[in-house]
Amino acid sequence: MAPLQLEGSPKTPTVNFDPETGLLELKGRSIPENSIDFYKPLIDWLDKYGREPKPKTALHVQLEYFNTSSSKCILDVFKKLEGVRATGNEVTVLWHYEADDEDMLEAGEDYAGIINIPFKMIQIEEVDGN
Amino acid sequence: MLNRIHDLYDELERERVMLSFKGALTPELVTALLGAVERKVGSLEPDPRTRKRVFNVVMECLQNLYHHNAEPKLENSDPGAAIEPHGVVMIVHTEKGYSVLTGNFMDGAEVERLKTHLDRINSLQVEELREFYRATLADGKYGRNGGGGLGMIDIARKSGGKLEYGFVAYDKDNAFFSLNVNVTS
Repeated sequence: MAPLQLEGSPKTPTVNFDPETGLLELKGRSIPENSIDFYKPLIDWLDKYGREPKPKTALHVQLEYFNTSSSKCILDVFKKLEGVRATGNEVTVLWHYEADDEDMLEAGEDYAGIINIPFKMIQIEEVDGN
Repeated sequence: MLNRIHDLYDELERERVMLSFKGALTPELVTALLGAVERKVGSLEPDPRTRKRVFNVVMECLQNLYHHNAEPKLENSDPGAAIEPHGVVMIVHTEKGYSVLTGNFMDGAEVERLKTHLDRINSLQVEELREFYRATLADGKYGRNGGGGLGMIDIARKSGGKLEYGFVAYDKDNAFFSLNVNVTS
């Protein structure tokens, strides 16, 4: 299957989903007015990936901002990966947050409390956003 | 009208209004307003956490305006006219931080439901609010725009204070909703 690559914009994140390495990245800002439209291709891609996943999948999330319209869509991304993990594969979410951004750390903890995937919280100096 | 422009400017200056806008919002306009707020707060506010919180609150409030506004149909208006999202927003630099004020028209039948939701949010302490957010996030229900009831909870979490709000009856079908969100620095 083909990788999914989307360039970031002031309101949408950079997406790099590589089916060969199992390395998935979501970076930047996710604040579009209609997140359901933006996330649909990501969810569809993960659906396909879930049929033939790599034994190890790592999702890096490095968001500077996300809106509540994106919140449930991001949860859906995690749910797809929960499915990948349920079929015996290793899945990790690496949640990056800026050192001074306690709210983003809490947001990661909120997801970790809902989703059955191990989360690693990674403190960084500054998000390389838009 | 002409001689009132300076008065209007003076008043906005006196009230320390950083940005104000009234009219129909488009996604492009939301992006532009957010850019203006980010630059302005970036130069005024030394604390990065407060900067992010203000940006977050403004973003959610503007997107609320974009999604939930319907300009009420006036009796003499063209019934075929497109209804555009329509509202007012004002961002004020206060003594204690920032105030994000928004106003928009809404379906009068929805007032009670929104009021109950806001009162519930205002009754919760920080940790309870976080629990409410998590439960709403996990409930699997989607709104028309994806948020599914998270917007006001998130605004309250980022504000750290109580949401101030009011409703004014506009006509038999519509009400005007006003919201003031304070973000203390």
